[in-house]
Amino acid sequence: MTSLHAGGLALVLARAQFGFTIAFHIMFPAFSIGLAAYLAVLELMWLVTKRPVYLDAYRYWLKIFAVIFAIGVVSGLVMAYEVGANWAGYSAKVGPILGPLLAWETMSAFFLEAGFLGIMLFGMSRVGPKLHFAATALVSIGTLISASWILAANSWMQTPRGYALAPDGAFIPKNWLAIIFNPTFPYMWLHMVLAAFIATALAVGAVGAFHLLRNPKNPVSRLMFSMAMWLLTIAVPVQGFVGDESGRATMTDQPLKLAAMEGDFHTRAGQALHLFGWPSRSLGRLLYDVKIPDLGSLIITHKLHGVVQGLDAFPKSDWPVLIPTFWGFRVMVGLWSLMLVLALGALALRRGGRLYENAWFKRFAVAMGPAGFLTIIAGWVVTETGRQPWTVYGVLRTVQSASPLTLGEIVWSFGIIIVLYTLVFGVGIRYVLGLMAHEPTVGEPPLRDDKPLRSHGPHRLHDPAPAPSPAE
Amino acid sequence: MLNAHTLPIIWGCIMAFVIFAYVVLDGFDLGVGILFAAERSRAERDIMVNSIAPVWDGNETWLVLGGSGLYGAFPEAYSVILPAVYPLVITMLIGLILRGVAFEFRFRAHTERHRLSWDYGFWFGSVIAAFCQGAILGAVLHGTKVAGGQFAGGPFAWFSAFSVFTGLAVVCGYALLGAAWLVWRTEGGLQLRMRREAARLTVGMLAGILAVSVWTPLLDHAYAVRWFTWPGLAVTGLAPLAVAALAFFLFRALRHGGAVHDSTAFLCALGLFLASFLGLGFSLFPHIIPPGVTIWQAASPVGSQEFLLVGAVVLIPVIIAYNAFAYTIFHGKVDHAAFDH
Repeated sequence: MTSLHAGGLALVLARAQFGFTIAFHIMFPAFSIGLAAYLAVLELMWLVTKRPVYLDAYRYWLKIFAVIFAIGVVSGLVMAYEVGANWAGYSAKVGPILGPLLAWETMSAFFLEAGFLGIMLFGMSRVGPKLHFAATALVSIGTLISASWILAANSWMQTPRGYALAPDGAFIPKNWLAIIFNPTFPYMWLHMVLAAFIATALAVGAVGAFHLLRNPKNPVSRLMFSMAMWLLTIAVPVQGFVGDESGRATMTDQPLKLAAMEGDFHTRAGQALHLFGWPSRSLGRLLYDVKIPDLGSLIITHKLHGVVQGLDAFPKSDWPVLIPTFWGFRVMVGLWSLMLVLALGALALRRGGRLYENAWFKRFAVAMGPAGFLTIIAGWVVTETGRQPWTVYGVLRTVQSASPLTLGEIVWSFGIIIVLYTLVFGVGIRYVLGLMAHEPTVGEPPLRDDKPLRSHGPHRLHDPAPAPSPAE
Repeated sequence: MLNAHTLPIIWGCIMAFVIFAYVVLDGFDLGVGILFAAERSRAERDIMVNSIAPVWDGNETWLVLGGSGLYGAFPEAYSVILPAVYPLVITMLIGLILRGVAFEFRFRAHTERHRLSWDYGFWFGSVIAAFCQGAILGAVLHGTKVAGGQFAGGPFAWFSAFSVFTGLAVVCGYALLGAAWLVWRTEGGLQLRMRREAARLTVGMLAGILAVSVWTPLLDHAYAVRWFTWPGLAVTGLAPLAVAALAFFLFRALRHGGAVHDSTAFLCALGLFLASFLGLGFSLFPHIIPPGVTIWQAASPVGSQEFLLVGAVVLIPVIIAYNAFAYTIFHGKVDHAAFDH
C-alpha cells in the first residue's frame, strides 16, 4: 500500500493507535447521545403523565449514563490532543478549517454538557423538576450539537468543499456554509444520530429483556423493553433508507470507496452483489466470490443494468485499504439485517399481545444488546479506511499527514494506551455491566438529592443481601 | 479593525484567558488530587472528592477548549508544540484519564482494596498530569527548534533542568490551590490540616516563582531584554511587589482562621497564579513558539479566526455565566453529615 512503504512502520502504528482510540471512544459518545435523549424523554413523560414508572426508569439509567459519560469525556480528551500529536502534517494544513469547527464544538457543546451534567446528576430537590428537566434536555441537546460539529468535520474530510489551497498546501476557508454543509454531511449526520439511537435502544432493550426473562411482571423492565422496541421498529427501517441514500451519494462523491465496499474490481453494467469474498489487491480480483448477479447495480443505481465503476477505473495507488472496507461493510449490513428481524419481530409479537411473554424473543433481544455498537464501529471502519489513502479525500494524502515522530515514541505511547485502556475502561465497562445486572425496582432509589451522584457508592453493590424484589 | 494584525492579538488574549481559566480551575481540582496522599482518613478523602465532583467536568473542558482553540486560531503552534512535547502530552493524558475515571470508579469498587487502588490512581494521575503541564510550560519557554513549519528536534528535546523544575513548581502550585480551596470548602480537622499544608505550599510556590524569575532571563537573551529595558522594567519592577503583597495576605488569612473569610486564602492563591501568568505572558509576547515563531506567523487565516471569533464572543460569556450558576448551586461547606457509606 502506498501509505505503508512511504511512511514505514511508524505511520502504520500511528494509524493503528488513532484507530484503536477512536474506535473505542466512538461507542461512548454514541451511547451518551442515545441515553441523554432517552433520559430527556423519560423525564418529560414523567412530568406530563406523573406516572412514577418513568421516574424509576430515569433513575436507573441516570446511574449508567454517569459512568458512560465519564468514560466518553476522558477518552475523547485523548482524541483532541492525539490529532495534533500523531498527525502534525494534517493538523497544520487542515487546521484553518478543522480547528475552528472543533473549537466551535467545544464552546457550543462540551461546556453545555459539562455545565449541566452536575445539575442533572444532582437530583431534583435543589432546582425543582422543571429546571431539572431543562438540565437533562440541555445535556441531550449538547450531545447532538457535538455530533453535528464532529460530523461536519468528518464529512468535510470525505467531500471537501468551500476552501482554497495556499501555496504551502494549507487549506484556506472560503465559505463556511459550504464547508459545514458539504455534500455528505446530511447523510452522515442522520446516519450517525440514528445509529446512536438504535445502539442505545438495543442496549436498553437488552437490559429490559434480561430482567424480563427472570421477572416478566416488572413494570420498569417492561417499560424500557417496550420503549426500546418501539424505537427500533421505527428507526431500523428508516436507517436502511438513509444508508441506501448514503450509498448512492458515495457513488457520486467517492466512487472508489463504493467499489471497495462492494468488492467490484471491474467497471461494468449489471454489477453483481458480492455476499462473500476476499479482496486481493495484488491479484486485482475478489477471491472466493459468492455473488448474486445484477443485484449490486440494482441496489446502487436502482437500475438492473446500471453501470457501476470498479476499482480498475482508478490508479492502484489511490485504492483504499480493501479488506477492512469490504468486510466492515458486510458486518454493518449483516447486523442491520438482524436488527430488522428484531424490530419486525417486536411489532408482530406486540400485535399478538405477547411482547413480554416470548422467552426466545427476549433471549434474542439480549444477544442483540451490543450489536448497535459493533455496527457503529464497523460502519466507521468502512467510512474511514474507505477514505484512504487520503485524509482529506482527493487532496491530502495520509503519508503527508503524519507527525515527525520516531518509531520508539509511537510504540511506547501505543503500548501504554492499550494497557491503560484495557485496564481502566475494562473496569469501567465491568461497573456498567454490574449496574445493568441489577434489576430495576419500583421506587428506584433516587440519586441522593443532597449530593451529586459521583459522591455516592451504589450501596446495593456492597450489600451482601440480594436486591429487594420489585413490587408485583 | 479585524485584520491579519489585530486578530492574532485578540486570539492571543482569548487563548491566554482560556489557558488561565484552565490552569486555576482544573489547578485546584488537580491540587485536591495531589493532596490525596496526605490524607489518611477515607471519610476525609470522600469529602475532598465531593468538594470538586460536581464541577471538575466543566473545569477540564477548558483544557479541551485550550487544545481546540489553539488548533483553530494558531494551527502552526498546535502542530509544532504537540510533537515537540509528545511524551509529556501522552503522559498528561494518561494522568487525566486515571483521575477522571477514579471519580466514578472509587465509588463503584466492589472491595476496599480496589477502592484504595483507585484512590492511588486519583493521586498519581493528578500528580503526573500537573507535572507534565508544568514541564510543557518549561519546554515551551526553553525554546523549540522549528524548521519548515515543523518541529525539528528529537523525542527528548523537551527535557531540561528548567522544564523539570517548572514541572515540580506547578505540582506545588496546584497543591496550594487545592489546599486553599479545601480551606474554603471544608471545616474541622481537615480544614485545619489544609491550613498548615497551604502555608507550607505557599513557601514552596514563592520559592518557585523566585527561581523561575531568575532563571527565565538567563534562558534567552530576548527575555532579558524584554524584562530589563523600559517599559518592561515597569512590569518587572511591580510584579515582585504584587507577589509580596499577595503572599502577605495569604499567610495572614491562613493564620487567623475564623477572623477572615475562609475564601481569602484561595483568592490570594489565585492572585499569585495571575501574577505569575501575566509575567510569563509578558516574557513570551509576541512569540507563541519561542524563540522564533510569533503569533502572527502561527495564526490561521483571517477567515478562520473571524469565524471562530463570532463563536468565542457570543459563547464564552454564556459559558462563564452558566458555569458560575453551577458553582453557586454547589456553594457552601461540604460536610460529613451527608455521608453514610
